[in-house]
Amino acid sequence: MSERKIRVLVAKPGLDGHDRGAKVIARALRDAGMEVIYTGLRQTPEMIAAAAVQEDVDAVGVSILSGAHNTLCPRIISLLRDEGMDDCLVLVGGIVPQDDIPRLKEQGVAEVFLPGTSTEDIVRFLRDNVKPRE
Amino acid sequence: MPETKEITSPEQAAAERWEQETVAPVIQKRPERRQRFEGVSLEEVNRLYTPADTEGIDFERDISFPGEFPYTRGIHPTGYRGKLWTMRQFAGFGTPEETNARFKYLMHQGQTGLSVAYDLPALMGYDSDSPLSEGEVGKCGVAVSSLADMEILFDGIPLEEVTVSQTINAPASIFLAMYLVVAEKQGADWKKISGTLQNDILKEYIAQKEWIYPIRPAMKLVTDTFEFCTQHVPRYNPISVSGYHIREAGATAMQELAFTLRDGVEYVDWGVRAGLDVDEFVPRISFFFNAHNDFFEEIAKYRAARRIWARVMRERFGAKSERTLQLRFHTQTAGVSLTVQQPLNNIVRVAIQALAGVLGGTQSLHTDSYDEALALPTDRAALIALRTQQIIAEETGVPNTVDPLGGSYFVEALTKKMEDGALDYFEKIDAMGGMVEAIEKGFPQREIQESAYQYQKAVERGEQTIVGVNKYQMSDEPEVPILIINEGVRESQIARLEKTRTRRDKGAVANALEGLKRATQSGENTMPATIEAVRAYATLGEICDALRDVYGLYEEPAF
Repeated sequence: MSERKIRVLVAKPGLDGHDRGAKVIARALRDAGMEVIYTGLRQTPEMIAAAAVQEDVDAVGVSILSGAHNTLCPRIISLLRDEGMDDCLVLVGGIVPQDDIPRLKEQGVAEVFLPGTSTEDIVRFLRDNVKPRE
Repeated sequence: MPETKEITSPEQAAAERWEQETVAPVIQKRPERRQRFEGVSLEEVNRLYTPADTEGIDFERDISFPGEFPYTRGIHPTGYRGKLWTMRQFAGFGTPEETNARFKYLMHQGQTGLSVAYDLPALMGYDSDSPLSEGEVGKCGVAVSSLADMEILFDGIPLEEVTVSQTINAPASIFLAMYLVVAEKQGADWKKISGTLQNDILKEYIAQKEWIYPIRPAMKLVTDTFEFCTQHVPRYNPISVSGYHIREAGATAMQELAFTLRDGVEYVDWGVRAGLDVDEFVPRISFFFNAHNDFFEEIAKYRAARRIWARVMRERFGAKSERTLQLRFHTQTAGVSLTVQQPLNNIVRVAIQALAGVLGGTQSLHTDSYDEALALPTDRAALIALRTQQIIAEETGVPNTVDPLGGSYFVEALTKKMEDGALDYFEKIDAMGGMVEAIEKGFPQREIQESAYQYQKAVERGEQTIVGVNKYQMSDEPEVPILIINEGVRESQIARLEKTRTRRDKGAVANALEGLKRATQSGENTMPATIEAVRAYATLGEICDALRDVYGLYEEPAF
């Protein structure tokens, strides 16, 4: 029996082009044995949700440093819920002020990873929190 | 097992003797802290540098005197004894009114030049009221959508006297046009105004990725600004070829140096092909480098940059004017090195990085604020950043002598290593057909991604220390106040856009935009038509749409 690999969509919404973090994370997750799809730059919440559905992912990692997280994250989450992807974890990585984190979590963000996070912590978080599937 | 070295000179023999007689017994008693010593670029650094490491370096040919070829020691004979570097803090957030107030505050505190940060919609050529701008207006810089905003941004700032640097790339020619029209309205003479436009589109495809059009038409727009400025705004720098973003994306110091200078060569090639005279337009090309944590490597990088540029301009392009050979650059401390954890530590990092920029002979300097891993800087944080430069300038004595590290065995050997490594990259890129072709193949992009990943791994293995992050962590850190961008910026921008659109002459706008499309299709210089569109208060989004219609959009290949 082969265990299903964890599938993660690494997404870069908004107008910002700083993709160093997204690419490092994508590669680290791949090296940890996960299947990773990277959306490329400037994806709208609609495009991200559609890709998550199509790729049937367990988690979406959203990379943002432009300050647009409060606008973009709730929209991505509500679109995923509309598609019935209730178990799909939404993680945020980037520059997010401390005060915004509780609100993001209330809105359904599973975790926010700030600069300085080890990629191993992110791998561990996914392994611990992705719901096992048939 | 010790390496066997071939000893070919008395200097090498002397160094070898020291290793064996003096070092070996000490290491036997107490091993060194590490097997391999390396800095942020993960390049190995030797135990000691001696005359054996500078054997191939000739003083007159390679080092020479400040103000003389190949300018390794600086472009000014008197260094900072004549004039200190320009303290130019990058600033921009919220509305044009708010940024105008920050500019005036910084100038009142002794800052000597201005530098504008625009928001992401502006960088991508969208108006504040575009649906794509939602959530981003005024966040990463100041919101500007038309000449009306630009008039407010520079209100009370005399553009004939103050030099302004504008960080804008894909829509740079439009911002140049807006700047020139504001200057004209202030009564300034274009022949007298100075300042810098970043306008470096190649590094966008390589690293920062704020592009709009495909590469070749985007290069045509850049070349148009060279030609226009050479004729009409002769003291203005139409480009700042930027390694900063390449480094921030993860490049090593050597890659930053190599890709930036090779980008510079590419712009000169395009200018020459457009019929411009090297000695007329190249003196107005300026550069922009990062100042990262590895102190000596950074200093070597700046010194190598000057030497490479001087030689390449003379040998490859036959430049004759001294000004063409002299590489001038701006420096900014490494945003990527700032930590969220224990943010006050960033003040120290910035001070050391800034010192490297000064010892490397920078013409102007931006010091980052300690809170920039958290948000855009507060007034207080921005002030400490400026004071850091003032302390280096006026308390340390560092500017009293020119190139104080020149002649150091280590710094000279490292400068040579940087130069050799950069020239190896030049060969590879030349073999691909040039930088545009190399970018199309994804070559610099892949090199940078690989370095970024290796660095992250080194941090996670604990081989690279980041104080407060993977060593000396604290669980209970005091919070620092941060700047909150008011969410009302978009509304006030939308209101001004509506007013602008109602008041302007609609026929004039339509004609100007048609004129720009015609100029774009015919291949003539687009600057005059861009200026006409700006004067008619066509918005940034409208002008970019006209160009998007003709040029299309860039699609990043997957790699």
